[in-house]
Amino acid sequence: MSVNRGVAGGAGAALTSPFNVWKIREDFPILGRKVHGKPLVYLDNAATTQKPRAVIDAVSQFYSNDCANIHRGVHWLSERSTGLYEDARVAVQRFLGAADAREIIFVRGATEGINLVAQSYGRRHVGAGDEVLISAMEHHSNIVPWQLLCEEKGARLRVAPIDDRGELIVSEFGKLLSSRTRIVAVNHVSNALGTVNPVADLIAMAHSAGAVVLVDGAQAAPHLPVNVREMDCDFYCFSGHKIYGPSGVGVLYGKAALLESMPPYQGGGDMIRSVTFEKTTFNDLPYRFEAGTPNIAGVIGLGAAIGYVSRTGLEHIAAYERDLLDYATQAVSAIPGVRVIGTAREKAGVLSFVVDGIHPHDAGTILDRQGIAIRAGHHCAQPVMERFGVPATSRASFAFYNTREEADALARGILKVKEIFA
Amino acid sequence: MSGLEDLYQQVIVDHSRRPRNFRPLQGSRQAEGYNPLCGDRVTIYVNLEGDKVKEVAFQGSGCAISTASASLLTEALKGKTLAEAGQMFERFHELVTHGGAAPASLGKLAAFAGVSEYPTRVKCATLPWHTLRAALKNAPEVVSTE
Repeated sequence: MSVNRGVAGGAGAALTSPFNVWKIREDFPILGRKVHGKPLVYLDNAATTQKPRAVIDAVSQFYSNDCANIHRGVHWLSERSTGLYEDARVAVQRFLGAADAREIIFVRGATEGINLVAQSYGRRHVGAGDEVLISAMEHHSNIVPWQLLCEEKGARLRVAPIDDRGELIVSEFGKLLSSRTRIVAVNHVSNALGTVNPVADLIAMAHSAGAVVLVDGAQAAPHLPVNVREMDCDFYCFSGHKIYGPSGVGVLYGKAALLESMPPYQGGGDMIRSVTFEKTTFNDLPYRFEAGTPNIAGVIGLGAAIGYVSRTGLEHIAAYERDLLDYATQAVSAIPGVRVIGTAREKAGVLSFVVDGIHPHDAGTILDRQGIAIRAGHHCAQPVMERFGVPATSRASFAFYNTREEADALARGILKVKEIFA
Repeated sequence: MSGLEDLYQQVIVDHSRRPRNFRPLQGSRQAEGYNPLCGDRVTIYVNLEGDKVKEVAFQGSGCAISTASASLLTEALKGKTLAEAGQMFERFHELVTHGGAAPASLGKLAAFAGVSEYPTRVKCATLPWHTLRAALKNAPEVVSTE
């Protein structure tokens, strides 16, 4: 038990939460390790999350006992691996509240999910003079695919502005919607600011204008309950490695009617029904969009991660993390000279900040030497940095295995940063 | 906390907070350095007189290591011949990549010996030096050490 405690201390408010964070930490082997001789304080969860034993074991078990290609072999092992792979699809379907497992496409990550929609749906439905609307708080991965599409088609990329808190200005978003808007692409939670967007409202507005909506859920799926039918999005994507699963795997959800109307994204094996040199007929959903041998072990690991998160309960996770983020925000913003970047009323997981006169990379290096892992930089969201007039920020991002003691360690670490530059 | 004080020596902190020769130079050779991943930017200006560095200055924004490196570069190079500047580049590069004892000829630049223990920060320390090399050639391409 004590090996995974990380920072000294232990009791306190954490134990009164709906779940026991110290018990959860025991499920994540890496949290017991030291960095530079200090207990690891891992606060870079928006970049990637650590993996529970259940995920590591599922991947290891697949390679040790169940490895075969899927949908191909007549042999027993192939049937078994196919079953495990498709079980994961059903787990994701339930996790997202999707109507049908055929609506779940396995991809490499959220980035590939967005590119798939831009290249397949976008190239078919966006033409010269049409518009794609995004927000000013998007990750580069939800900007660049749309820029490429717009350049190719002679379409226009519109950007809905954000205010000084880092909240989307919904009225401005509404003004930018028109009969020319074909696609709206917004994140559910901002990776640089932590802002939670009112996606259900935005989707309803976009639908009234006749646009389809893609929601980038990379930073939301690990932190908030998601129900794609309630929010009524047309596409939703997230990355496995940000939700305690393996890297190299992710999910694109799409409404069946839309996916069925879309041309293939990549050609290859498994996405076809029959191939001759004259004519190829494509497979049904979801296989049409899964060309080639997929990341089978990754998908099975992702299924295990979804199972782990679901057993813990996203409502409990969200409540615990919200309390932790509030606590950390207070602790950090109480330090003179610290400015929090991103003060939206609804936030999840992310605490971005700058320290007066100290570059985030120097802060990052000094914190690292204390065992505290944070991200320093532009977080692949350079337009957000520009909006707030900073070249970069330090970003602490939290998961449900983090503790108030770790937030305290972060605050002490920042004091050390200031001491070195005093 | 061992190590941190080696990286952020007083002279480095001082030069990062109060960079010397922080200005443009008229009619000089110049080049721009930019590391897009971390956002560090530096422009180095050099005026030669014969084969000697008559004046050297810089502008830019970045972390303490890159700012102090540019600032100390400008102090170290003034009055040096091009051959001496080239030698200093090599010695500085060796120091920040491999550590060890700094040769006496590096003077205050010895403060960067600690950088070799921080592989991710070597590019910060070397950006101004690579940019200097480009400035001496008046190279139009933007220099990067990432």
